[in-house]
Amino acid sequence: MADNIRKAAGKSVITNQKFSTQPTGSFIKAVSAIVWKDLQAEFRSRELFSAMLVFSLLIILIFNFALELDIKTRQSVTAGVLWATFAFAGTLGLNRSMAIEKDRGCLDGLLLAPVDRSAIFFGKVISNLVFMLIVEAIVLPVYSVLYNMNLFQPGLMIVILLGSIGYVAVGTLLAAMSVQTRTRDMLLPILLFPVAIPVLLSAVKASSGLLAGVPFEEVQFPINLLIAYDVIFVAVAFMTFENIVEE
Amino acid sequence: MTPPLLPDNNMITVKKLVKRFGLKTILRGLDFEVQPGEFVALLGPNGAGKTTFLRILASLSRPSLGEVRVAGFRLPHDAAQVRARLGVVSHLPLLYGDLSADENLRFYGRMYNLANLEERMTEVLDMVGLEHRRKDLVRTFSRGMQQRLAIGRAVLHDPDVMLFDEPYTGLDQDASSMLDGVLKTVAAQGRTVVMTSHDLARAEELATRFDVLSRGVIAASATHKQLKKSNLLAFYKQALAN
Repeated sequence: MADNIRKAAGKSVITNQKFSTQPTGSFIKAVSAIVWKDLQAEFRSRELFSAMLVFSLLIILIFNFALELDIKTRQSVTAGVLWATFAFAGTLGLNRSMAIEKDRGCLDGLLLAPVDRSAIFFGKVISNLVFMLIVEAIVLPVYSVLYNMNLFQPGLMIVILLGSIGYVAVGTLLAAMSVQTRTRDMLLPILLFPVAIPVLLSAVKASSGLLAGVPFEEVQFPINLLIAYDVIFVAVAFMTFENIVEE
Repeated sequence: MTPPLLPDNNMITVKKLVKRFGLKTILRGLDFEVQPGEFVALLGPNGAGKTTFLRILASLSRPSLGEVRVAGFRLPHDAAQVRARLGVVSHLPLLYGDLSADENLRFYGRMYNLANLEERMTEVLDMVGLEHRRKDLVRTFSRGMQQRLAIGRAVLHDPDVMLFDEPYTGLDQDASSMLDGVLKTVAAQGRTVVMTSHDLARAEELATRFDVLSRGVIAASATHKQLKKSNLLAFYKQALAN
């Protein structure tokens, strides 16, 4: 119709771009485009990553001075300190990641693309998750040195990955909501922490069990709970993202 | 997806459009039609609802009541089809400062799943006169250059309908003149254009029709031929007074 209309108007019909007719292909392409764009922009500015990393290192340093404890007590607080660090740093990153989109109107640019809104959500989730995992990968060895503990256990890595997925999924959704307000910096933690409590509790419980060296059966329940929360949070965010980003 | 053919064959058809934000009604039963290839300047005072109306046409906001069709597709139901045929330029550039001009266009091209993207990017950068700066970061561009690139981004997928929301905001004389040229090129390619503006002189130079939006409805409408030259200001004032 478009070409006919142009012809009817007596105007030139310039090369019409061809759109893919495969929705799945365009969905994956859109998700990967958003991830590539976020990583590329962050690689240049290091705005988000450096803030998250410095903040994380400061937190574990403060805890290190504040909790001058014996090795046994340190073991028992490690999971809590780690997850508090990840949660605070994650909030900082989530806020900034959406603010970058909003400040120059780029969120509208994303919403104007003829792709499913969930592609935008998943693209942002993946890039936020990558930033969070990189920060965690740096924080863990620093924590190991400062607290003289070995944190490099495969089980703990899986728990950190699962906990980060749930936290980032619900965090990205709420960041998309809070970024529309003037008080976005304050609003995100107020909205996010209560909602993310089940993920954080399960992650702390599973992490402390693994660090204490308890049998896997004892940490299986919080890990299962973590998987369930991840599925629920991703599904809910997937279903509600469109309504949140549209007026 | 083939759009249903409409008897009026309009590119944009809006009937009895109402938009409410809470208790506040911004658009009050607005009717609006645009023929293919028309360049409509949407004029009106601040707060008249011009941006709200354009955001509804762009599928960024949902109508509270009424019917909206763009290129034969109904909003908000066929929003993806409308977006594929729509280019939007606002006073914000919708570009990433930490990416180069090339990277910005490549990103949007991938979002629109375009074929022959590199070729099209070169075409578009050439059209907006930024071919020589394609590798530079957008944050190093002047406001005028950013706005030209924003137009390049908006026409990348060769849309049939272009929506401009105050595109001259914050531009100096030189940048405005360059933007005039780009806008004329965009319109000359057969696109249907709707532009909101406070700059009557510029609107008169570019548009083929002038609609005045006041108190949530189109208060008056006239084509360029119906207006005697340099009489747009009187027409505008009269439309607001009625």
